[in-house]
Amino acid sequence: MSDNRQTTTTPPARHQIIAPGHTFATVSDKISSIVLTRRTPLYWFIPFLIASGLVMVFLVAVAALLVRGVGLWGIKVPVMWGWAITNFVWWIGIGHAGTLISAILLLLRQSWRNSINRFAEAMTLFAVACAGMFPLLHLGRPWLFYWLFPYPNTMGVQPQFRSPLVWDVFAVSTYATVSALFWYVGLIPDLATLRDRARFRAARILYGILAMGWRGAASHWQKYETASLLLAGLATPLVLSVHTVVSFDFTVAIVPGWHSTIFPPYFVAGAIYSGFAMVLVLAIPLRAMYGLEDLITSRHLDNMAKVMLATGQIVAYSYVFEAFIAWYSGNQYEMFAIWNRMTGPYAPTYWALIFCNLLFPQILWLKKIRTSTVWLFVVALDVLTGMWLERYVIVVVSLHRDFLPSSWGIFYPTIWDVATYVGTIGLFFFLFFLFIRSLPMISIFEVRTLLPQAEVAEADK
Amino acid sequence: MRTPIYGLMAEFDSPTALAAAARQVRAKGYRKVEAYSPFAIEEVNEALGLHSNKLPLIVLCGGILGGLTGYLMQYYVAVIDFPLNIGGRPLHSWPSFIIITFELTILFAALSTVLGLFGLCGLPMPYHPVFNVSRFAFASRDRFFICIEANDPLFDRHDTAEFLQTLAPREVSEVAH
Repeated sequence: MSDNRQTTTTPPARHQIIAPGHTFATVSDKISSIVLTRRTPLYWFIPFLIASGLVMVFLVAVAALLVRGVGLWGIKVPVMWGWAITNFVWWIGIGHAGTLISAILLLLRQSWRNSINRFAEAMTLFAVACAGMFPLLHLGRPWLFYWLFPYPNTMGVQPQFRSPLVWDVFAVSTYATVSALFWYVGLIPDLATLRDRARFRAARILYGILAMGWRGAASHWQKYETASLLLAGLATPLVLSVHTVVSFDFTVAIVPGWHSTIFPPYFVAGAIYSGFAMVLVLAIPLRAMYGLEDLITSRHLDNMAKVMLATGQIVAYSYVFEAFIAWYSGNQYEMFAIWNRMTGPYAPTYWALIFCNLLFPQILWLKKIRTSTVWLFVVALDVLTGMWLERYVIVVVSLHRDFLPSSWGIFYPTIWDVATYVGTIGLFFFLFFLFIRSLPMISIFEVRTLLPQAEVAEADK
Repeated sequence: MRTPIYGLMAEFDSPTALAAAARQVRAKGYRKVEAYSPFAIEEVNEALGLHSNKLPLIVLCGGILGGLTGYLMQYYVAVIDFPLNIGGRPLHSWPSFIIITFELTILFAALSTVLGLFGLCGLPMPYHPVFNVSRFAFASRDRFFICIEANDPLFDRHDTAEFLQTLAPREVSEVAH
């Protein structure tokens, strides 16, 4: 720990995190001006319009689904989970990076996180929102979703608390709630900055309401810091538990390829892997578009690439061990499940997954790749693709051939599967672009603490 | 007689100056003092004698309440309200209740952290006199303020203002109610 403190508080390391020359005023003005004073640039409008178009696609897909029923998707016996659950697990995995960055890296005193935690948390919220769409729509009658919660009802039935699917409802809704709370609490001091800097009365009133009268009093800051640490301490086990519980949806079932104790850590590592990939996919264009290279420096990109590399190795280890244990178990169904993945009708997806998640990201070992924004962007997209394929392989390929050949089948996605999936990508970017337009995408007050002048000089003591 | 004021406020440039001023204000004997800064400064908290707060206790209570709620809810549903006999397995199957107990512990603790923070800080607060000082808008940007409140026993409109001037502030201003 003492080593850590050394690297995060000595001036040279600080300069690597934030470019030299910044003051409290320049940091505050630079970040708040994106929301308050700068003209909304064309490179904001164009992606926003594309994302809005995709939201329309999503609305049409959902409307069609509600009218015609879930048969519109390609799901049928034996692959009843299809793309819906694949997409759910993919999105919820992406949603892990934000809370990991804001909670775990806060507890580990990794102060470089201060300039990426805000938009990573926002990304988490939007990814969880997209994730939530799929199990809800997959219910068939989403307006009855509240049946999943225990409440006194005239039907006289209650949820089955021994089922991982019910655990999942509680895990994901708790995660969404706690992430939103964490995000909002982190926003309050910055909302006060926006309130005090806004030029238009309407903006002042709006940010003023959201800031709730925050005035930066020392007695408030002291409680605020305690609250941040406590929330981080609570969110840390939570973020690790969410994907663990998601993996229980699979492991508690006896389907070959699912029933495995390696799933919880393997899912959590995969979630962080894809989450950091999404943070990179967002951070690299954002810093170029808004000229934030002095706040989100190449050191940030390098660190994120290292986290990706580390979690990627855990994922790679899991793939190897999944295959090894299937062989070592001597269980013919397990052996067949793995063999079917490698050589069955879905073999191309498996080998694409191995390439995307295991082989290609190994180039991150090279410092040259980790400091090149173009290459990092490519690797991040590759990992996002790979992690989607991983969930596809787990969900579809495991289900399509289980114990009895008489119940085997092949899954074909329909155009509505694609429309719903692409639609949620549109929804994600739609929400994200609204966020960067209306709220500070970098935590202003936390970046202030990274500046050398934030330190109280010793001589005065 | 002049109208009563909320207090006197001095403005500083740096966290170092604010921490030094806070120490001197405390040393002078003032107790109704509040510092305002654009980020948390540990030394200022120390100088003003802000040590403990009740938030961890509130969170602990919230967490315990959440855990009990989670477990008892599942016990009530699975054993009393809607028992399902599946091959004679025990109704009180506690290992499968752990996850939701854990999730509700975290949920209640997180909610009590946030509500506790708001409660202890008195937020939301639609009006506060310090905002009457026009330069106070910079407290959320790059300026550091210290305010001695008029209800401090040692407070004197003239003497306190003179004392604050000795701390080398950028400006001393009166805070209207």
